[in-house]
Amino acid sequence: MSLTATDIRNLCLASLVFAICALLPLGDQGYWLGLGVTIAMFTALATSWALFSGPTHYISLATAAFFGVGTYVTGLGIDTLPFWSLVGLAGVIGAVLAALVGLATLRLSGVYFVIFTLGLAELVRQVITWVQNNSGQKGLYVLTDLDEAGIYWWLLGLSAAVFLTGWLIGRSRLGFALRIIGDDETVAAHSGINTARAKVLLFMVPGAVAAMTGAILAPRYVYIEPSLAFAPILSFQVVIMALLGGASRLWGPVLGVIPFTFLLEAVSSNFPNQTTLVIGVAFLVIVYLLPGGFVGLMGRINRHLNTREGA
Amino acid sequence: MSTPVLSLRGVTKRFGGLVAVNAMDFDVAEREVVGLLGPNGSGKSTTLNLISGALPLTSGHVSLWGSRISGLPAQTITRKGVSRTFQLVRLLPSMNVRENVVAGAVFGHRRRWGQDAWDHADQLLDKVGLGGKGDMALGQLTYIDTKRVELARTLASDPKVLLLDEWLAGLNPTELQIGITLIKSLRDEGRTIILVEHVMDAIRSLCDRCVVMASGTKIAEGTPTQVLSDKEVIRAYLGDDDA
Ligand SMILES: Nc1ncnc2c1ncn2[C@@H]1O[C@H](COP(=O)(O)OP(=O)(O)OP(=O)(O)O)[C@@H](O)[C@H]1O
Ligand SMILES: [Mg+2]
Repeated sequence: MSLTATDIRNLCLASLVFAICALLPLGDQGYWLGLGVTIAMFTALATSWALFSGPTHYISLATAAFFGVGTYVTGLGIDTLPFWSLVGLAGVIGAVLAALVGLATLRLSGVYFVIFTLGLAELVRQVITWVQNNSGQKGLYVLTDLDEAGIYWWLLGLSAAVFLTGWLIGRSRLGFALRIIGDDETVAAHSGINTARAKVLLFMVPGAVAAMTGAILAPRYVYIEPSLAFAPILSFQVVIMALLGGASRLWGPVLGVIPFTFLLEAVSSNFPNQTTLVIGVAFLVIVYLLPGGFVGLMGRINRHLNTREGA
Repeated sequence: MSTPVLSLRGVTKRFGGLVAVNAMDFDVAEREVVGLLGPNGSGKSTTLNLISGALPLTSGHVSLWGSRISGLPAQTITRKGVSRTFQLVRLLPSMNVRENVVAGAVFGHRRRWGQDAWDHADQLLDKVGLGGKGDMALGQLTYIDTKRVELARTLASDPKVLLLDEWLAGLNPTELQIGITLIKSLRDEGRTIILVEHVMDAIRSLCDRCVVMASGTKIAEGTPTQVLSDKEVIRAYLGDDDA
């Protein structure tokens, strides 16, 4: 398909932003790089989450499950396979797992889907714990020569790939099908759309991305164990950041990721036991004050200004 | 006689204890306009839902060109060339008028994408009387215009069979004449149409044949004049007291 002038400008702009972000490790190797890793991680997770949940309105709490699986792929394979192939493998495993979960649950209504995805992380965690208890092993050491800057660049590259994927899907028939499904599933089916297939295909994207994110971050933990790799709080953080920014636009979630990362950082260094509270309050604020997130807010301000100009 | 385009045999739908459609049998020939009539709650919309795949049948079967379509999902039936409107208009609220029509063109019986789909949507908007309104938001439309958008979407995949559920209901007399002319033009293009309708003028001027339902059962079948003078049909519409 042909690119318009706006498309080319947006692509150049996005490349420029990513190129500038890639310079961060050259400036600082400590506090700011650490924040950069967190932001890049949540950008990949929240943006891919919104690719699926934005158009379908299904709330997935499966991020922690895919993420944990990804960390274990690296943990188990790091001694035998090169790191890059583990990231790829985690992506494939995450996508397949997402397809299975999707086939089993996407025919259900939204509420059941939420519960199922939340239970999934717990289920996988229990299975791994059980296997470890039976094999007498407690956790896994992940020792690599990948440093913080290397992890940051990997995550940044993954985020760029997520944006590119989202942009391509938005221009494709699949993207159009998902907008129709989000508006009215009955109309979608009566327009010839295989709604189940479209939803499963799209759900594979956040599944793959979360698993790859886990695989990339495993070396940072050094020692991985189930309760760390499958921490359910991760799923909730991703949902809140994506909704705070706005799930209806590709660039929406990152608008939530950046301020929320700073907020959590400030809270956890000053009041280490209050992070869950902050997440809860943020959730209430989004639901009551910011439906549609910052994207929705910007839309309302725009309309307001336009009507004022028109008057 | 040649194979009917659509045929229903023993089509039955039960909702718990209620038999909404009871052993319906009828055929529709190519290029025929068949009216499906009956009092409120007699099972007309449910019959369309069973044909289009919106609901599964309890028993019986529906065939298209002699091959069974009942049991297939709605999207497969649509791709085979059966397209429908809904009694309560269903549009896609996040999209403008043109995109609503394109939605029908991309995945259906005959598929288009890109510029081809946009041009096709604009032609259909002209055809249903919405020329130049492609960029409008749905909220700016009048009631008849929302019905026109839905019809244009239904036509966008070039369906062979059209199922129209009270598409003419709620129109004023002028709009009704426009609507009747429009549906006639669809038949002249070679489409086969099943029309659920209460408006007698429309039934008389459009339908080749009518099937009348009461309480889920077929009670009469024939030309509009025949069925509208049928004793049982009059009783069904007016109630037992008047018969
Ligand atoms: N999904 C459903 N679940 C339960 N009952 C239903 C359902 N759909 C329809 N019915 C019932 O089936 C019967 C037939 O309904 P249907 O909508 O087919 O009638 P209709 O002939 O189209 O009436 P109208 O002229 O009012 O549109 C009604 O009693 C209705 O309440
Ligand atoms: Mg009805």
